[in-house]
Amino acid sequence: MKAETRNSAAAAAVLLSLCAVPFLAGKFTAYLTMRIMLLGIFAVGYNLLLGQTGLLSFGHGAFYAAGAYGLGLLGVHVSTHPLLGVAAGVAAAVLLALLVGYLCVRHTEIYFAMLTLAFGMMAFSFFWNAREITGGDDGLIGIVRAPVSLFGGIDIPIGKDGQFYFFVLFFFALSMWAAHRIRQSPFGLALAGIRENARRSEFAGVPVRRYRLAVFVLSGAFAGLAGSLEALLESNARPFMAHWTHSAEPVLVSLLGGLSSLAGPLVGGAIFVAMREIIQRFTENWMLWFGIVLLVIILGFRGGVMGTLSGLFRKAAAPGEG
Amino acid sequence: MQSYVHVILAGLSSGMFIWLVASGLTLIFGVLGVLNFAHGSFYMLGAYCCFTVLKYLGAGYWAGLLLGPLAVCAAGFVVERFFLRHVYRIALPYQLLLTFAFVLIFDNLVKIVWGGGALSPPSLSFLGGSVPILGRNFPVYSLFIIAVGPAVAILLWLLLEKTWYGRIIRASSSDREMAASLGVRVPALFTGVFVFGTWLGALGGGLAVPYVGLLTPGMGETIIIEAFIVAVIGGLGSLKGAFVGALVIGVLSAFGTRFFPAFDMFLTFILMGGVLLWRPQGLFGAAR
Repeated sequence: MKAETRNSAAAAAVLLSLCAVPFLAGKFTAYLTMRIMLLGIFAVGYNLLLGQTGLLSFGHGAFYAAGAYGLGLLGVHVSTHPLLGVAAGVAAAVLLALLVGYLCVRHTEIYFAMLTLAFGMMAFSFFWNAREITGGDDGLIGIVRAPVSLFGGIDIPIGKDGQFYFFVLFFFALSMWAAHRIRQSPFGLALAGIRENARRSEFAGVPVRRYRLAVFVLSGAFAGLAGSLEALLESNARPFMAHWTHSAEPVLVSLLGGLSSLAGPLVGGAIFVAMREIIQRFTENWMLWFGIVLLVIILGFRGGVMGTLSGLFRKAAAPGEG
Repeated sequence: MQSYVHVILAGLSSGMFIWLVASGLTLIFGVLGVLNFAHGSFYMLGAYCCFTVLKYLGAGYWAGLLLGPLAVCAAGFVVERFFLRHVYRIALPYQLLLTFAFVLIFDNLVKIVWGGGALSPPSLSFLGGSVPILGRNFPVYSLFIIAVGPAVAILLWLLLEKTWYGRIIRASSSDREMAASLGVRVPALFTGVFVFGTWLGALGGGLAVPYVGLLTPGMGETIIIEAFIVAVIGGLGSLKGAFVGALVIGVLSAFGTRFFPAFDMFLTFILMGGVLLWRPQGLFGAAR
């Protein structure tokens, strides 16, 4: 109970400070905060699959891109209503994740990783090659941020970045709440059981394959949400979103922050975006430095930032136990 | 009819490139149990090092093909001896990410050393021409590649099945502890196998120099995906599977490029999906 109050207090504090960002900080900081929130949605949903269930997917960029193109295509051809667009993006990602997941969840470990990688690259080559539909390598352009009209009368403008910020923040908070609820639910606990011992879970009556598919589709929905929001933020959808190097981002972010908590991928996402900005400011060779940082994390700090921190706290609280 | 023969020949030669890369990948996975993302980078480094020997040392292509991949072996040695060795026993994501970190590092190093733009190597004098086959010209070099692929396959088979080293490698891959207790220096052996696999990938890169025309820092990323697909279709860890898979993928995508240019990548993926639905462990993979 005590931990629960502390967690809700922390969540409220984070939410309040996020609300304050556009008023207190500059435009660029607000933009970076939006990027962090998008990556956070992507990574927190993804971590349901990797951290909670123990499945390593290397193809979630495909669902991110499906979200972006889903919103974009609806916006260009049918309706520019942002909420409908986001719904279309998530729906597209869910459909694709159902199809890919059905083929992939019968495998685990390395086969699962390579299969998702291959299907992700298939989506990439589709977005790249189907020029008439997706705009090819130029991407799908001309995505506009129309006002959010509610109940026929009220129009909430999101055209300016300062206004759109709160649109992103709304979905960010919603995603965090949803991910938290999923982790705590019996379904989430069953997923952790599958991670620890799939066979024992099977004997205990858990339909393992169906649960794996369910969490795959759920994490795909989070990815689609993040992708559709990025399409609105950047006014375009690009094939690169489905590329495997983009699929690696939530993996990196989850490991950077720590796999075992909800906050891990969020902290990891913030560090990732900040680190990229800082490194890019000093040198063009950010990939090199990022690779080196990654090596240090893998060889030295495998619990990620959150794991290392909580380890330090434990040590400070109980000296001598080490 | 003529065009079919040419498409098949072109497919065979591109398949042999994938095989050279996939063979090193498969060998490393089969023995060490590590899926090496950076293998495509070794291919790329092989191409760049071969190019450098060619251009700046003024040596011939064969010297480049010999020295370039050897230089890359040093990189393979460093990766295995000082990094990969520490993650054999930990969870899969960390292994994959460790090698992914080297993809980032090598891609960037290539940009620093050779520049981000595309390089075009000097043309070959030997093996540079083309011969008429069924009324159309076909590059001699492609025929050379079609011969090199099976030669490497046979040498690998001889090495693994017929020599003392091969027996030691097979023994260590199936039971590491037992081999160690019999006096095999397993860590040194693993380093050796990794460096040898690196050499195979880099050799593919060196051979690709006259073939691809342009060298770009991203050239490893394309081939690694194809090598992964080949390894999955053939069955992870099966060299025979990688060989057959590479041939099939090469010919199939050559047909795709010729007859369905918009969907050439798709054919490959459809094949992979089909194989995996029918035989989840791959064509020659052991049942799990």
